[in-house]
Amino acid sequence: MISYLLRHLQVFFYTLGQLARAPIASLMTIAVIAITLALPTGLYLLIENVQRISTGLDGGAKISLFLKADVDDAAAAQLSERIHKTLEVATVEYISPKQALAEFKRLSGFGETLDTLTHNPLPPALIVQPSGTLDTPQKLDDLVKRLRANDEVDLAQLDLQWVRRLHGLLQIARRGVWLLSVSLALAVVLIIGNTIRLAVLSRREEIEVIKLVGGTNAFIRRPFLYTGLLQGAAGALTAWALVSLCLALLAGPIGAVADLYASSFRTEGLDSYGIAVLVGVGTLLGWLGSRIAVGRHLGSLEPR
Amino acid sequence: MIQFNNVSKRYAGGLDALKNVSFELAPAEMAFLTGHSGAGKSTLLKLITLIERPTRGQAIVNNQNLSRVTRRRIPYFRRDIGIVFQDYKLLHDRTAYDNVALPLVVAGVRDKDIGRRVRAALDKVGLLKKERAYPIMLSGGEQQRVGIARAVVNKPPILLADEPTGNLDQALSDEIMDLFHDFNQVGVTVLIATHDHRQVQRLSKHVLELKHGEMINDSSPRSIS
Repeated sequence: MISYLLRHLQVFFYTLGQLARAPIASLMTIAVIAITLALPTGLYLLIENVQRISTGLDGGAKISLFLKADVDDAAAAQLSERIHKTLEVATVEYISPKQALAEFKRLSGFGETLDTLTHNPLPPALIVQPSGTLDTPQKLDDLVKRLRANDEVDLAQLDLQWVRRLHGLLQIARRGVWLLSVSLALAVVLIIGNTIRLAVLSRREEIEVIKLVGGTNAFIRRPFLYTGLLQGAAGALTAWALVSLCLALLAGPIGAVADLYASSFRTEGLDSYGIAVLVGVGTLLGWLGSRIAVGRHLGSLEPR
Repeated sequence: MIQFNNVSKRYAGGLDALKNVSFELAPAEMAFLTGHSGAGKSTLLKLITLIERPTRGQAIVNNQNLSRVTRRRIPYFRRDIGIVFQDYKLLHDRTAYDNVALPLVVAGVRDKDIGRRVRAALDKVGLLKKERAYPIMLSGGEQQRVGIARAVVNKPPILLADEPTGNLDQALSDEIMDLFHDFNQVGVTVLIATHDHRQVQRLSKHVLELKHGEMINDSSPRSIS
């Protein structure tokens, strides 16, 4: 058993040496694999990050009631009272046109310009926070309908709507990434398979001699399998480096935008589990590609 | 050690390379396989090494019925047969040492034993000082001796050679043939395919002669050596 492992270790280092002896060819193969793997990895990270933004908003399902412009503070307060008493809501917050304008000035950066307005264009509004018992979209929709039925209400908007749509889009995107991943995985298998095929053919004589002196197919296969495996692993690691580099380049601008939205959002790279999966998949694909290529060609290389 | 009973080999296309060939080599016997090009010498050697399978007939090599050796077992079967080629079949990106070590490496022999046995084999063919040389740096005769060292390094009971002196001059041919004779003296069964009649006469051994795929002459040595 130990000698078996030792022999594998020998082949492993022998293969490493062979890869190092043809650095350009090895690096080109590894680079192609890296780019192929980096594409789905990058998209996956993009989706994960967008997902993280949207889940932060998920809990705060709020309904904005924009009231008609002629509803004054007292009427609004009455409505607020009524809603609180009759419907399943947790809180109702009144935002007067004055408050709304002040907030808009603060956040929009149009402060000076807005001062020139002769009248306040913003309507009074109520921000309704549904009670926790309304946990299905159906119940929330019912609530929105009943709120809308009030005469004072001009427009009732469930803020959750866009979050839902985003989720739906993300589902589609995620499935797209899966499909892309599968086809690119196939590409990795083909790339490595082709590299190994050329390696097998260029070492045809050696393989024939090894067969003549009693080498088993497993013995002949071993260095090729390690070559594929190492190239796959190196490609995956390079893909990780590529994705990390892209994220690092994007982190600055994204952070600046997040700050503008007063969000503490920061992009996140692959965690250790993600890295392990990426390298594992790369290694497995490399092994698979070389296994298929060697298997196909070994049979045709019988000594003559 | 090698026994053929009515063995025939027909290639796709209808060419009969061997027709009802029968012969027997006793353990530790040495024999020459002669005949013109295309007489079937190479085919016969290919059958013994299981590079090809007979179409008909029974062949027993090293106490194994060849038709019972499965594909998976072929590598292990070949480890008991040393083969020497006319074109040496050395690996040019490896030193003489690494070429000779190959049969031991594929058989999974431990490193320290490999060194000892490779040097013993190189010493036997008189090339111990050239172990670090690459084949390209060696003369034809030296390359063939590396090939012989590779064939005998794992001490196989059978040694086959296909035109081993085909590319060498007379003096070198004598040296190579004497080497085979030496191995035969220590108990190795040796079968050499050659059309070098000078060598056949010089060593006076068992001669098997093929013509158009048929065994036309199976004569025992004129003098017992």
